[in-house]
Amino acid sequence: MSCTRRDLIKNACKGAAVASLPLSALKMLSPAEVKASVGDDKTRWVFLVDIQKCVGCGFCVKACKNENEIPLNAPVTRTWVERYVVTKDGKSHIDTPKGGRDGYTDGKIHGEEINPDEITKAFFVPKLCNQCEKPACVQVCPVGATYQTRDGVVLVDQSWCIGCGYCIMACPYGVRFFHPEHHVADKCTFCYHRITKGMKTACVDACPFGARQVGNLKDHDDPVTQTIMNQRVGILKDEYGTKPQVYYIGLDERVR
Amino acid sequence: MTDPITNEIVVHGMDWTVKSLFVYPNEFIYWSIQIVMYPYMTGLVAGAFVLSSLYHVFGQKDLKDMARFSLVFSLALLPVAMMPLMMHLQQPFRGINVMFTPHFTSAIAAFGIVFSTYAVIVMSEIWFMYRTYFVDQTIALQGKTGIGNSMKRTLYIILTLGAFETDEQAVAKDKKAVKLLAAIGIPVAGFLHGYAGFIFGSVKANALWMSPLMPVIFIMSAVVSGIALCMLTYIIIMEWKKFQAVLAKGRGDKSVEVIRGAEIDVMNKTSKYLMMFLVAAITLETLDLIFRGYTAMKSWDILRSVMFHEDFTKIFILQYGLGNAVPFALLLMPRMTIKRLVVALILVLFGVFMMRWNVVIGGQAFSLSFEGFMHYHLPIIPHNLETYREGLMGALTVAATPFILFWILNKFIPSLNHSK
Amino acid sequence: MKNHVWRPLLVALAGVALLLTARAIIVPDDFGVNGESFTYNFYRAGSVDDWKGFKVKYRGKEYCRECHEEKVEENLASPHSVIQCENCHGPAVDHPENPELLPTESTRLLCLRCHATLPYPQSNRAEMPSVSPEEHNPDENCVECHNPHNPDLEAM
Repeated sequence: MSCTRRDLIKNACKGAAVASLPLSALKMLSPAEVKASVGDDKTRWVFLVDIQKCVGCGFCVKACKNENEIPLNAPVTRTWVERYVVTKDGKSHIDTPKGGRDGYTDGKIHGEEINPDEITKAFFVPKLCNQCEKPACVQVCPVGATYQTRDGVVLVDQSWCIGCGYCIMACPYGVRFFHPEHHVADKCTFCYHRITKGMKTACVDACPFGARQVGNLKDHDDPVTQTIMNQRVGILKDEYGTKPQVYYIGLDERVR
Repeated sequence: MTDPITNEIVVHGMDWTVKSLFVYPNEFIYWSIQIVMYPYMTGLVAGAFVLSSLYHVFGQKDLKDMARFSLVFSLALLPVAMMPLMMHLQQPFRGINVMFTPHFTSAIAAFGIVFSTYAVIVMSEIWFMYRTYFVDQTIALQGKTGIGNSMKRTLYIILTLGAFETDEQAVAKDKKAVKLLAAIGIPVAGFLHGYAGFIFGSVKANALWMSPLMPVIFIMSAVVSGIALCMLTYIIIMEWKKFQAVLAKGRGDKSVEVIRGAEIDVMNKTSKYLMMFLVAAITLETLDLIFRGYTAMKSWDILRSVMFHEDFTKIFILQYGLGNAVPFALLLMPRMTIKRLVVALILVLFGVFMMRWNVVIGGQAFSLSFEGFMHYHLPIIPHNLETYREGLMGALTVAATPFILFWILNKFIPSLNHSK
Repeated sequence: MKNHVWRPLLVALAGVALLLTARAIIVPDDFGVNGESFTYNFYRAGSVDDWKGFKVKYRGKEYCRECHEEKVEENLASPHSVIQCENCHGPAVDHPENPELLPTESTRLLCLRCHATLPYPQSNRAEMPSVSPEEHNPDENCVECHNPHNPDLEAM
């Protein structure tokens, strides 16, 4: 194929312009930011919870509400912490006062005092949206207001949601709710506005004990990914086929 | 808006949900009375249409008067089927989005297409049925003076859609079209309500709803409710007309020759169809229950607790007992009277309503954790827009509207004449 | 029209045309299958950017260090180094422009979140240095005696 001088010059200019662009962009961004912003095909966000490390302080719940503008004194939350106390008689005592927003400072569960000598095992379980690989909530949305991004996060288009609540009914994990001010469906977004800038989610930052971590499943050097791949981890309610992407270290069979 | 006692910001569902034991924080009864009303109203639409088609398609000549009436009533019910949804949506003005960007993997998105198709079929069938009547009215109102008459005449002209032919050929075409539409409409009516059942049956997250039987159960009970409502309304109207005729004759009105109320033969025949569908509905629901108890999956403990404790009265006494068994016995008894039929029909309608209630509310009576319960308290007296829309008053508004619409429609497409 | 039978269909088609016209005006152009699957990727593409542009509220300890270096160093030398400043002080947002002062929480309820004794053996809660809320100075705030940045009484 013959190429005129005009074509050569045109193509060379185009090529130079294209080549110079990413270089100049890189100069202004940190490595983490670059990784986050170009990561659509190289990123699959994933979460890791260590049940042993969680002490039930609830700072994650408070931070999430502040960061994501969910009113503090509304009884809905994008993330919460549950308390499980199992006693010698085989009973599970489970509660989540205000979702754990104010932490756990009282041993009473549903008004009942529990004798410490009767406790066989007790622990805290943080929960949030599992950003499922096959989200049932997205499948049932009648108008395409909720969707899955290319890097695996499930989001809600607040300008298009009609507020029918079908997605809320379809979620097996109960992570969705109606936002009391916007009156549309809402849920944990893995702080998409933060992770796409190379930051961590608000709850991961707030946790003093490292019980929560966020990572990229497609990055095999990511310590979160390595834990998921190499250690024994559990997921919630896998019988629904949603393929949840929040993994738990130390998950107990009593967890609901 | 803040709750004055707890100082919490009020979220949707909080006003009528009481939680006990362990329930996830975001769980409330989000689908309340209007979601009970919605399948109930669409069921009435489908059932009324099927009843009408029994005459047109299967040539049940005794049902001719019933057929005309139930078709027009079906049209009156049609816009009302949308009302509960508009009352429920958190963003009602965006409801039209389902027509603009339907996500067809969602059963609710099917609503846009199926409902529109069904509306077109019902309206077309009525048009073919009444076209010659419209033409006659344009002629009859021709000389008349007065703004009311000229407005009415203009309306009839528009309603003819410009087709003024009333010769034998044209009328034959009309009749053929009616028959065709009635036939097509039956599977569409089935689809309209089958998908409503699919909305619930396909929710794998809900242990009570998840069942392949749900669409079929919904269709059967929808037809039951539609037939029952048409029979009941027909009886009430015909008996009222008879009462008026008796009064008129008593006053010496010579034009009154015939005093006829509801024909018992027609009612007997229609009630046989009612019983068939009732048996089908009961059989499927019983099968579902037995299956669940036998297989005893993870959810069985909490479901059993809800069905046999919290909701025992609502399910077994009200729905199966008063709503199914008693009317079935009443319909089976020989020497049917109009009075006994009316009681049976009211109980059937009540039974179908309780079925919708027990599915929708019952499915939200237990937590996703299977370790807690939610109790539904229907708002009676509304204290804000939300407790009106999703409360008793909102439900009554929806229930009353088809009758108002029918009254208006009947002025232009009269459907209560005895055929000659 | 010779055959009047088609009239209702024409009316229906007119309705559909009206709907499609309205759709062309109202629905944004970037609405569609933005990905591999109609099931999971049917949405308005601009929504992703809406979410990316959401305001960040929590800035992190390094942001606090820019002005409050001494306090941060004090904190980093103590067991409380694991706690974010903003956990107690509230999100920085655009502090010091907005808000000028942070809504710091300093009641004992905040400290009890971690330090109220709860006998839960299968979690690190049992390992926390803790007190019984009813017995340990129940009417006082913890900060009366303990410096929250470095709570070790000996270090004070």
